[in-house]
Amino acid sequence: MSVKSTAARRTPRGGAKRRGGEPGLVQLLTPEGERVEHSEYSIDLTPEELRGLYRDMVLTRRFDAEAITLQRQGELGLWASLLGQEAAQIGSGRATRADDYVFPTYREHGVAWTRDVDPLNLLGMFRGVNNGGWDPNENNFHLYTIVIGSQTLHATGYAMGVAKDGADSAVIAYFGDGASSQGDVAEAFTFAAVYNAPVVFFCQNNQWAISEPTEKQSRVPIYQRADGFGFPGVRVDGNDVLAVLAVTRAALEHARSGQGPMLVEAFTYRMGAHTTTDDPTRYRADEEREEWASKDPIARLRTYLEKAGLADEAFYAEIDVESDALAKRVRDGVRNMPNPDVMAIFENAYADGHALVDEERAQFAEYLASFDDAGQPAAHGKGH
Amino acid sequence: MTQMPLAKALNESLRKALENDPKVLIMGEDVGRLGGVFRITDGLHKDFGEDRVIDTPLAESGIVGTAVGLALRGYRPVVEIQFDGFVFPAYDQIVTQLAKMHARALGKIKLPVVIRIPYGGGIGAVEHHSESPEALFAHVAGLKVVSPSNANDAYWMLQQAIECDDPVIFFEPKRRYWDKGEVDTTAVPGDLHKAVVVQEGTDLTLVAYGPMVKVCREAAAAAAKEGRSLEVVDLRSMSPIDFDTVQASTEKTGRLVVVHEAPVFYGAGAEIAARITERSFYHLEAPVLRVGGFHAPYPPARLEEEYLPGLDRVLDAVDRALAF
Repeated sequence: MSVKSTAARRTPRGGAKRRGGEPGLVQLLTPEGERVEHSEYSIDLTPEELRGLYRDMVLTRRFDAEAITLQRQGELGLWASLLGQEAAQIGSGRATRADDYVFPTYREHGVAWTRDVDPLNLLGMFRGVNNGGWDPNENNFHLYTIVIGSQTLHATGYAMGVAKDGADSAVIAYFGDGASSQGDVAEAFTFAAVYNAPVVFFCQNNQWAISEPTEKQSRVPIYQRADGFGFPGVRVDGNDVLAVLAVTRAALEHARSGQGPMLVEAFTYRMGAHTTTDDPTRYRADEEREEWASKDPIARLRTYLEKAGLADEAFYAEIDVESDALAKRVRDGVRNMPNPDVMAIFENAYADGHALVDEERAQFAEYLASFDDAGQPAAHGKGH
Repeated sequence: MTQMPLAKALNESLRKALENDPKVLIMGEDVGRLGGVFRITDGLHKDFGEDRVIDTPLAESGIVGTAVGLALRGYRPVVEIQFDGFVFPAYDQIVTQLAKMHARALGKIKLPVVIRIPYGGGIGAVEHHSESPEALFAHVAGLKVVSPSNANDAYWMLQQAIECDDPVIFFEPKRRYWDKGEVDTTAVPGDLHKAVVVQEGTDLTLVAYGPMVKVCREAAAAAAKEGRSLEVVDLRSMSPIDFDTVQASTEKTGRLVVVHEAPVFYGAGAEIAARITERSFYHLEAPVLRVGGFHAPYPPARLEEEYLPGLDRVLDAVDRALAF
């Protein structure tokens, strides 16, 4: 492993206050939809690109809403909504290049959208027909990881491999405020720092780890954790898609250019429940949600687009049509998603085969075959 | 044919693997300049460089978790866990990620990661340095678990584990590291997961793996002086288990005793006893007996000679089975 000189590491670019006080958010678009400048991060997008970000966020939100509905209708067993985090996901996802590699949690539906992962692929595990199942190398988008924080180490190892290969791509690891307490995340920070791995740690601090607020995870702002590991950390307004895009681009470029890891804390809010099984009314106040609703990522970009005259009614109408079509495709796709064949239980347990799996597969097949064609137990009374 | 200690055979095996495949990496604590605390990676850092023989931070979950990532990138990491009792920080990564990722991807990605673990007692060590946790890994679908008992197997089985596209937990019998044996680097090896009859006999079958194979061979030699003919099967693989070989031997002798250092309770012996009872019920002249560790923490070193199953404990079980 070629360890780059630590002298190459720069001081943090955050522009955020390093210690104490209210940490400054990097912001380029205020909740009121005003474009503002930042001393260290800037962005210059064409009207088309701005409209593209808006479209991404709206379609992602619509997809998310449809998935919640499908869960309520019993078509999905569970759903983890990203409502409120569209800017953090679309902004960071659109900052990646095709050759970069993404390691998501289980809530990165917006990032998946930016990587051209078919939304239906994401729904298989929530419907219970597989545990992921897509080819991670098709879009450089790894499988959803449910165990909290595990994927940050996979991302770091992958990035170590990128460095070994001499490639100039970068890796981005998603995780949340709750995961920041996990040992694996701390170890990922350590390994990434020691090997100067080209990985961006992208923490969506959505303020809640199920029922526990961020204060239960950390005494310091999460982005400041990077300090102790020796790489830059920056906090960005996670509901500002422009700032997230600008900061993530810079962080990925930092990684690509051999300067090692960087931590981005996207300060955002989980507007919905942790998952469809959760009831946030038990642990948080309506006022808090209302306050964050006023910082909505989609509304602020729309305000900006309207004030700047960058989109006309036809544009919004077109997105409405597109949203409806997406929702229908998702709805139909999920309802028509077949259950896997029962013998899939035994498939892919091993790549090179395993004698016991072969034996159990054969025994189970024989057992199933002992039922008659009508699916009734055979005379000797074997039952499911 | 060369005489070498088991540890040297492992070292030569790793060297061969590094030479054969540029994607093979060695990772672990102190595996670089030091050559590992048991010197299994001795000289590899010097000859292959720090890009391929990687000293890692002291964090086992990090080692295995980054090995997963490197495997996803197309590398074949061979990870060293320094001692058996230190693998548990990595247990989560091994069980929830490494073992299941191939299935999670419906077979679209492979995880060719080898985790080498020196295991077992008998070296007078402090706590956490003498354990036999193989059952905790064999119980997990998605992992393969093997252990060589001799230098030649050490040389070949490690290379076969590295070539395998599944994660392999490679348990090294640390108290046998210094035992010399013939290594034939030209012979074509058999199946990694095939058990081998290392001593033919007719009265009773002893099944063991790793460090206990030697004890069982000694037991067979001692029993022979009393006119008893014991067959010894070196299991070599704890997942999968070559039940066919065990079954054939048991049906030949009619009696089976399974021997391991690991605690008997929920151990490999329990699995073998259950399976063989099912397969060979009418051939058994006696219940399958087990010899192994107790359901108590591994004792302080001054007691390990009593704790570890030795010649007498094995022969005691043999007597009981033959008397049945």
